[in-house]
Amino acid sequence: MSRSRRVKLQAFRVTIFILLGAFFLVPIGAMFEFSTRGNSVTAPRTMEAWTNIFQTADLVKAITVSLELAVITSVGMLVLLLPTMVWVRLRLPRVHRIVEFLCLLPLTIPAIALVVGIAPLYHWIEINLTDSILILSFVYLIIVLPYSYRALDAGLAAIDIKTMSEAARSLGAGWGTVMLRVIVPNMSTAILNACLLSVAVVLGEFTFAQLLYFENLQVAIGYVGLVSAGTSIAVSVASLIFAFTLLMILSFFGRPRLRIAPIEETVIPGPLGPPIGPK
Amino acid sequence: MTSAGNPAVNTAARPDGGGRRPPLPWLGVVPFLVYVGVFLLLPTVIIAFGSFTTKQGDPTLNNITGINQDFLIKAFVTSTTISVASALLGAIFGAMLAYAVATGNPRGVFRRIVTSMSGVLAQFGGVTLAFAFIATIGNVGFVTLFLQSHGIDIYANGAPLYQVSGLIVVYTYFQIPLMLLVFLPAVDGIRPQWREATESLGGSTWHYWRYVAGPLLAPAFLGCTLLLFANAFSAYATAAALITQGGIIVPLQISNLFTSETGRSQPGLAKALALSMILIVTIVVVLYTLLQRRTSRWLR
Repeated sequence: MSRSRRVKLQAFRVTIFILLGAFFLVPIGAMFEFSTRGNSVTAPRTMEAWTNIFQTADLVKAITVSLELAVITSVGMLVLLLPTMVWVRLRLPRVHRIVEFLCLLPLTIPAIALVVGIAPLYHWIEINLTDSILILSFVYLIIVLPYSYRALDAGLAAIDIKTMSEAARSLGAGWGTVMLRVIVPNMSTAILNACLLSVAVVLGEFTFAQLLYFENLQVAIGYVGLVSAGTSIAVSVASLIFAFTLLMILSFFGRPRLRIAPIEETVIPGPLGPPIGPK
Repeated sequence: MTSAGNPAVNTAARPDGGGRRPPLPWLGVVPFLVYVGVFLLLPTVIIAFGSFTTKQGDPTLNNITGINQDFLIKAFVTSTTISVASALLGAIFGAMLAYAVATGNPRGVFRRIVTSMSGVLAQFGGVTLAFAFIATIGNVGFVTLFLQSHGIDIYANGAPLYQVSGLIVVYTYFQIPLMLLVFLPAVDGIRPQWREATESLGGSTWHYWRYVAGPLLAPAFLGCTLLLFANAFSAYATAAALITQGGIIVPLQISNLFTSETGRSQPGLAKALALSMILIVTIVVVLYTLLQRRTSRWLR
């Protein structure tokens, strides 16, 4: 590479990084700045908005509920998806395409559209079973499917489950033992990835909760914002940092140890599945 | 195990003779299929069915023809404008960022930070993102106040954040990281040898981009732009958090027609709009998948 072209390239890279760095970091910095403002422009900096988070009962309740939803969704996702995917790989390879298609299907159905179709179901559940907010996890399990599927699929592709399960079965293990004591321990990283992604999606979910009249974290942040912008922005920053931490753990440490296909980052989608998030 | 697996496959492959007991391996996928059937396929059917029926369940085309009203057509135009603009901005800046990252050290910390941050920010949306921009260019936002103290009033011509232009900027915030994530593999696939080959044949930088790298990257770029379009088109939460009155884009109109708070809920029309959104997003995502497939032919 010629010297002048290398200089030009470096100049281009530095310009892009500074320009986009500013675009992405200024709003986050501005949130910090906003959340530490006093009552007037000249008032001294205060952490009042931050301490207010824990004094706002609605917020504490919403945070608790959203964390519960995240846990229920992750566990439900594992119980439903992992045995199915293992079973399909071992016994029903012909169904693989169908399962993959169904798992990636939620990406082509916008949340705002799905909520219209699922509302009658929720109406029925609320009348006949329970009106607890935790029933939101039914639909959350659907919207985390594409992300979880990709994470688990990468994990399953990296280990030879056929040989493993055959070995375990020939030693007298039942299917439960094969799942819990052979397959799960061998793909713990992929399971962790799938769970972290599910947690991040559930904590950021707004559309279903708002339109089905439930108050999860995002909806509560919206309500609090009408009363105290500072507090709601403080919670936003806190939840953002939480999501950052989760996904940073994922992308820095949660890499599959063994790879057959080169995988860049866990969050990078395959050709079939775009990561359209819950915006 | 292999010999035990074979009869099962044979059983499944054999044409079923009617209502006899189902082959055993299929039972393993029943819970999954039932769950997805109830919570994903059934709602989709409800949307499709409801788009062509009245509240009482009689067949009608009024919901579909109902889309042809000025305020809804306007919402579709605005939705498309915002999606196209934010997709183009996201695609151009995202592609430049991808190129800047790809020309650096492939194992460097910097690359890891950018890709990890993009993973987070591509998911960043909704109320939180709306508040980030209110804190930045809202009427008492950090940048607004900073510019005001330097004699520039960005609120001189109304509130930019709560208009179409504002939504475009806000959407770009999650579009650029998404572009980086989906476009980087294609940029990484470009080999330095191709450039050297161009140069040894006497080609300039312009020739290289025009005849080598450009045509190779074009399908991927187009595909990723389509994906970004679908992403913006289906976004609801961010707009809902920023714009509380009126429905300037289709998702907000669906929400207005769907909720009965205004006393004018029109579930049939809401379903027809939902159906049209699903159709548009599906078509765009299918095109994206086809273009990605084309790219992956030379990528690996």
